[in-house]
Amino acid sequence: MRRGNTNLAVVPAYNESATVANVVRELNATAPDFDVLVIDDGSTDATAQLARAAGARVLRLPFNLGIGGAVQAGFAFALENGYERMVQVDGDGQHVGDEIVALRDVMDGDPRLDMVCGSRFLTDNGYLAPISRRTGIHIFAFLLSRIVGQRITDPTSGFRLYNRRAIALFARDYPHDYPEVEAVLMVHHHQLRMREVPVKMLERGGGVSSIRSGKSAYYMVKVLLAIFVGLVRRRPVVEPGDASPVTAGQGI
Amino acid sequence: MELRIQIVSIVAALGLFLLVFELVRRRRLLERYALLWLFSALALLGLAVWRDLLEEVATTIGIYSPPNALFLIAFGFVLVLLLHFSLAVSRLTDQTKVLAQRVAMLEERQDHDAATEERDVLEHARD
Repeated sequence: MRRGNTNLAVVPAYNESATVANVVRELNATAPDFDVLVIDDGSTDATAQLARAAGARVLRLPFNLGIGGAVQAGFAFALENGYERMVQVDGDGQHVGDEIVALRDVMDGDPRLDMVCGSRFLTDNGYLAPISRRTGIHIFAFLLSRIVGQRITDPTSGFRLYNRRAIALFARDYPHDYPEVEAVLMVHHHQLRMREVPVKMLERGGGVSSIRSGKSAYYMVKVLLAIFVGLVRRRPVVEPGDASPVTAGQGI
Repeated sequence: MELRIQIVSIVAALGLFLLVFELVRRRRLLERYALLWLFSALALLGLAVWRDLLEEVATTIGIYSPPNALFLIAFGFVLVLLLHFSLAVSRLTDQTKVLAQRVAMLEERQDHDAATEERDVLEHARD
């Protein structure tokens, strides 16, 4: 295992034994200054063992938390182990190391950036999601762009690079399920800076996306609720170190 | 209000109160979650015993039959209780998530330290 890296690549994986070892090896080869952390989100197959054998550190969640809780475990790990940067990589081989380096170069070029998002829609790169999902993404993109006053093209992309400030924020408070859209809002409300950069998407190497088509409607409604509730929510504290938000309070 | 429905109401409210009280006494129910139940049962009991007040309430909110008002109020309490439990579940969900994350991190650190130590021991043995 490499030592002294200040960058962490987090790979959330739920029953991804078909692909996880390849993803880890590819990351190690193409983005050697990133430590690789696989979050085994309560898998029932050999995901954790294969990832560890391939050279990753592995967090084994005792049961399935969903993508939000899994990625947040990565934020907590990054915060606790002093990583300066963290990138989230889907556990199915959708993103490659070269793209990570591209994200990092953008952040290096503008140190004020707290979050750099890979967008599949910034340039025409031949990526075509199913029409239902694309419609949903465009609706979110439209709403978010107006709310945060910045053009957002791919609010559901999980391929994001965070700096220490964003890591600290999300380690403390990250949405439970379907977190990406809300995370953009949180970045805005906490006065962090983000930018999108175009990425190429590879075909899925196996496994299923965390958003199944049958759940699209639920996904839409849930995220829309989160967006509109977020609009009338009390503004969160900007400086970290304050009391945990969300459900920490008691009673009605 | 007819006497029979009044007796039924009193018995039901009193029974609910005693049941919740007994559950707290046996430590099967936390006081935190019993308070709303006890308050609901007491309020219903009060309205069932004090007929004039119930009739007053019924007329005020436009219900002709006082037992229906009692029913409506009981329904209101049930809704509040359900909401209370949804809050409790949300809170538990959040806490469980944090616990799972902490456990995973502790476990990983333990494995990681053990592996590092083992490697150090092997290297020393080779020297």
